[in-house]
Parts: sequence; C-alpha cells; structure tokens
Amino acid sequence: MSPRWTRRELLIAAIADLLAGCRHVAVGAASPIPAAGALLARERDPDLRVSLLGSAAHNGFTDGGKELFDCAAQGRIEAFFLSGVQIDGRGAVNLLGLRGADGRLERRFQGCFGAPYLAFLVPRLVLFKEEHTPSTLVERVDFVTAPGTGPAGVHRPGGPALLLTGRCLFRFEGGGFLLERLHPGETVEGVREATGFAFGCAEPVGTTPAPDDATLAAIRGPVARALASAYPRFARDLSG
Amino acid sequence: MRPERLPDAAALAARIPDGARVALAADYAGSPLAVVRALVRRGARELRLLGVPQLGLAADILVGAGCAVELETAAVGLGEFGIAPCVERARRAGRLVLRESTCPAIHSALQAAEKGLPFLPVRGILGSDLVALRPDWRVIDNPFSPHDPILLVPAIRPDVALLHVPLADRAGDLWIGVRRELMLMAHAAKATVASVERLVDGSLLADPLRAPGTIPALYVAAFAEVPNGAAPTALWGEPADLGALEAYARAAASPEGFARWLDAWLAA
Repeated sequence: MSPRWTRRELLIAAIADLLAGCRHVAVGAASPIPAAGALLARERDPDLRVSLLGSAAHNGFTDGGKELFDCAAQGRIEAFFLSGVQIDGRGAVNLLGLRGADGRLERRFQGCFGAPYLAFLVPRLVLFKEEHTPSTLVERVDFVTAPGTGPAGVHRPGGPALLLTGRCLFRFEGGGFLLERLHPGETVEGVREATGFAFGCAEPVGTTPAPDDATLAAIRGPVARALASAYPRFARDLSG
Repeated sequence: MRPERLPDAAALAARIPDGARVALAADYAGSPLAVVRALVRRGARELRLLGVPQLGLAADILVGAGCAVELETAAVGLGEFGIAPCVERARRAGRLVLRESTCPAIHSALQAAEKGLPFLPVRGILGSDLVALRPDWRVIDNPFSPHDPILLVPAIRPDVALLHVPLADRAGDLWIGVRRELMLMAHAAKATVASVERLVDGSLLADPLRAPGTIPALYVAAFAEVPNGAAPTALWGEPADLGALEAYARAAASPEGFARWLDAWLAA
C-alpha cells in the first residue's frame, strides 16, 4: 500500500519539527518546501515569526530588502534555510553554478542571493537539498558560495547545523556530517550510495516520523493557501 | 529642480541615455516593464543594470534584445520559472559582463552612496569564492577591535533608478509603501525615473499616513502615468500574470523563440 502522504509532505513536516521552539525563522528565495515547513510550524505555534524572502505577503519588515540582513547581523533571526546546486561534505554550499572541464562556469543558475552573508550570521542554518544524489551532495563544491566552517578569525556566530535531503537528515558536527535520521523506506547503504561525500552515523540512526492527519490537513489547507502569493505553482500542486 | 511630468513610457525611456548604469528592483517590487519595452523600441545600447538586490524579467529582455551589456546582481532569474535564459546565453557567448554579488553587499553599497561615503563594511562573505570574483572589494582589519577581518564594498551610485510605483501626486512625489529598497535606490542614484500606475490629487507628503512611504520629488527627475506599467510582473496586491511569465520562459528558452516573443511584445 502506498503511503497517504507524498515525499514533499514528509519533508515539510520534518522541517516544521526542526523549528519547534524557534521564535523567528527566515527562508530564502526559491525555497518552496522550506517555506511550506516554516508556515506549517507557524500553524502549530502562532507566535513563530516567519519571513519569506521574495514574498510581499510574508514579510513583516518595513525597512526594505536590507532589514532582514540587518536583523540577521544582530542575532534577531534564529534559523535560516539554504538550498543550493551542490552541498559538500565540509558543509560548503554552491548556489552559483557548475564548472566545466576547463574550470570555467559552464552552467550558471540564479546567483548567490544573500547566502554568503546569512550562512555566517544565522545560528541555526539548515541546508536543504531534496535531490539527494552523488552529483548534488559532493565531496567538494565547484564554487563556494559559503563555506561550512571558518575561515579562522572571521566573525561567525552562525553556520550549518543540519542538512535535510529527500532521503535523510544529517547533523553537521566537527566540520562534517553525521547521519541522524532516515526517511521511511531508506537504508544507510542506500544513502551511502547516493552521497558523494563520506559521513558518520549517529547511534542509533532514527527514522523521520510520517506526517499525521492533522499535519496533512494543515499542509493541504492553510499552508498551501498562505504560500500561493510567493509560490503559486507549488501551492497549487500542494493543495491537490 | 522640479521633476518633469512626461506623457508616456517612451518619454521616460528617452531620459535614460545609452551606457547608463540603471538600478532595477526585484520583480516582486513592481518592475517597470512598460519603460523597458520603450527602451527596446528605441534600440538602447550598452546599459549596465544593477539588481536591487536581484534582477528578473526586465533584465532578461534587455539582455536578449541587445540593450544591456553588464549586470551587477545577487541573482537573476524568473522566479518559479527558472533561470533567465537570455542572460545565460549571453553569458556563455561572452557577450555579457556579470558582476556577481550578494544582497547585503548591494544594499550596503547603495547605503554608502546615499550617505555620500566611499564605502561601507559588510559582515560575513569572507571565505566565499565571491570575494575572488570582486577585485574592487577590500578586506581590512577592524580598526576598533583588531583580529577581526571585515569586507569593504565601494559605494554604488547608479546613473538612474528606474522604478514603477503604484501612486504619485502631480508634484512627482512617489508612494512606495513598505518597499523601502525603492527609497534607497532613489537616494543613491543620480536621478530617479518612474512610471506610475495612477496619479492622485493632492499631496502625498501632506498625508501623514502616506508621507513615510513616499519618495519626495526632490530625488525625482521624471515621471509619467503608465497604467499597467509593471505587467506581467506583480505590483502591490496585484498578482503576477503567471501564464504570461510561463509563456515567456518557454519562448525565451531558444534564441528564435525569444525573437518571436520580442516581436509580438513590441508590436502589442
């Protein structure tokens, strides 16, 4: 029997779980699943402040585009989600593009956005990559939009804490990743095969809980509606 | 000097000389597409676009039509409809200079300009490969607290801030509400040129509710009433025309498709 939920809904619920207890979370542009997860967390805890970059409707700022960055530098944002083209075993993210054999940027995506800044300043940086393959989770990124740690001596109150993928949840520790939870149906061996970098395992490795009925109803109802202005196509698919 | 009230988008475009460095807001803040169309009709050349902090449809059209030769931006794309296809083709062909940046670097560079300062420091970014792409950026040690390296970005003073705003009064005061990055653009640029969705009677500055969200005419060189001037992008409260954006993304995926789309758009 196939599950009553989709992989996306599992990820949205997992993201909301990761935000329990947070007071202010920001989500970058072009990140519909983290945005949905943050809005789901707010359904559960109406006191949670959610700021979606690139959305007029979910943006409680009044001082323009710079205010989010000013807030982050002051420690007023606790969690931020960052996706990229590639993420590597040292926690570096690449939002810019892929290099060809000659080292030049062969494919450029949209750009670095605010990542080279927020990755340094937000304490609970959650890396997110739904597509978990050896070409997205790599040993070394082609372009370091933001490094996972360091450089030594640079003011860095923030940095990666977790990496959530379509297969599992990693914790970032000591400059590398530790497999913490597998999504239902995944195995440690399968994750190793699909991952381009080496990682350790928590003991024991847990399982991501399946979303319950109330969670699914919230995702398909109020969360989908709230997302419609920022991610109209995604929201349409989500409401089913 | 009082701002000049002009008849239409073409007259506004005439105020933007070839070679100008033009600041544009993100698509969600009301993109001045009607003026962009007039720039393409005029055959504008060598424009250098600054994304505040990111660029979208307007930049892709200007690059595709051969009007823009340089972008400085934190990102350029079509939102949910993916990368900016004309920009990527021009980049690969070496026809476009892309000055890669990040949102807070652009905001800080404009804030430096609005204060008349040569530069501002910005947190983070050190350790990103971006720094190597930007020889105009500098790293210094915090002079007040040593052993704290920090990045400096030079001021950016655009020639023109090109805006589309929902309301203006007849004196040329422009209402931008909470979209204060448009205020920052107007402060930093040498001149602001704005298309206006709707002109209203009376003074926006005389209304205490509207005045805080209003760019005073002091910064404005020229404005014109251009209804529907941001279509098909979103304008405050008015959703984007998704069908039109999707059709653009599909058409512009090939040079021939873009050329056909452009012909139809220019003829409309």
